[in-house]
Amino acid sequence: MPSAAPQPGEAETGRIFREESGRSVAALIRVFGDIDVAEDAVQEAFAIALAKWPGDGLPPNPGGWITTTARNRAIDRLRRESRGRELLSEAAVLTPGNDDPGVPAEAGQVDDDRLRLIFTCCHPALSTEAQVALTLRLLGGLSTREVARSFLVTEQTMAVRLVRAKRKIKAARIPYRVPEEHELPGRLRPVLAVVYLVYTAGLTSPAEPGLCPEAIRLARILATLMPDEPEVAGLLALLLLTESRRASRSRPDGSLVLLSEQDRSRWDQGLIEEGQAILRRCLRRNQPGFYQLQAAINAVHADAAAATQTDWAQIVALYDHLLAIAPTPVVALNRAIAIGEVHGPAAALALVDELDLDNYHPFHATRADLLHRLGRDSEAAAAYQRAADVAPTGAERDFLRHGGRAAR
Amino acid sequence: MTQYLLSVHSVDGEAGEPMTAEQMRQVYQQVMALQAEMKSAGAWVFGGRLHEPGTATVVRMSGGEVLTTDGPFAESREHLGGFYIVAAEDLDAALAWAAKTSAIIGAPIEVRPFQDDPGA
Repeated sequence: MPSAAPQPGEAETGRIFREESGRSVAALIRVFGDIDVAEDAVQEAFAIALAKWPGDGLPPNPGGWITTTARNRAIDRLRRESRGRELLSEAAVLTPGNDDPGVPAEAGQVDDDRLRLIFTCCHPALSTEAQVALTLRLLGGLSTREVARSFLVTEQTMAVRLVRAKRKIKAARIPYRVPEEHELPGRLRPVLAVVYLVYTAGLTSPAEPGLCPEAIRLARILATLMPDEPEVAGLLALLLLTESRRASRSRPDGSLVLLSEQDRSRWDQGLIEEGQAILRRCLRRNQPGFYQLQAAINAVHADAAAATQTDWAQIVALYDHLLAIAPTPVVALNRAIAIGEVHGPAAALALVDELDLDNYHPFHATRADLLHRLGRDSEAAAAYQRAADVAPTGAERDFLRHGGRAAR
Repeated sequence: MTQYLLSVHSVDGEAGEPMTAEQMRQVYQQVMALQAEMKSAGAWVFGGRLHEPGTATVVRMSGGEVLTTDGPFAESREHLGGFYIVAAEDLDAALAWAAKTSAIIGAPIEVRPFQDDPGA
């Protein structure tokens, strides 16, 4: 009988597998109570998928297939080891009433598993670096090599970081559970920060554009799992609105295009509409926060058909609010830029010069632009030079070396 | 249950204003209340305050002989000032005890798991 199932190639198998594997890892951690067992089993299932899917075709429910295959592999392996038999008997206790410890859980439980896992990965007892690495590896399904490349460290360094983090989770018993309501504010913050960090890492390192969609995928999962948290929706809206402009943010040679100079017809209207709709819904709850306000600022930009039509007064008002809840020099710098658009460059420069941001290249680039607009060209040139000196990536540095204009 | 060491570290020369007798009495009362809470929750294993590091003695074997030296093991400005050992379900529960302790004594607490549960 001819099979009607699509036959994915190796790359497609990898893509589907990566999208589905976070669920399987999360479910197996619950069943076996051990991250390494879950991770190894899902890795084995991947090898089997690579061998089978391209020939046999995609199983009807790839996610279910991965979980079942990985679970069976794990049980086979654990039965061969004495420590494994111990784990298995513990696992059986976790799912009373089932002889088979790996009975697939219902959908709700599976979703809860992913939520548990992200709260474990982003536990405040782990360093931010470890949180990001674990989230990408376990929930995002990235290989250790891919995670390493995203953060410009060697595979060896990343492997050590992951092992150390997993060891701490196990030894210190970092719990595998969704925090209770009263714990949520403190526990949600690092989760959202990690997803945001993954996105900005993709945005600023053109070598890793895959991190941007990955962050959006994680934000979508969070928004589905925590529909009542306005900041979760705010983060998703922020990422969608930022993503709508990603293609117009750089030239083919990698150099940056300022917001005011971007070709707005290339902005992705579908992403803008989705982001704005999500934002409207969460703002109605009237609990504005860091991500919602940033999304709102991006939404105002998205509303302007031309840069000259930007409602800067509205943006200043949003930055006032943002600065009140997140009084950081970077927010103050962005607020000063908006004030410059309303009250002129002298007013903005006065605010900018009060900030202590000497190692932050946008600070010097902003000063340079304001000085240039005030006709203080030699001071502007010095500020561009300073910005170029402290800028991290090639594209941004080149952009600044050319006086804030693209190389022609 | 896992046992955790909750240790209080003090830094030489970083002691704040000396406490008044009344403040000391209040802190003492709060510490006693916290210890009573640990005991009634079944978390209490052991705890105590240490004398200053100058009272320490180090013993080591050297060439088959016992060598005794005066002073703490590590020449450091940071010293262990006291500790609790608590039994807790998971790290979150241990961190909650640490937060309560830190709020009372006004110093950071390091939380570290023990390798084996001696009760198991």
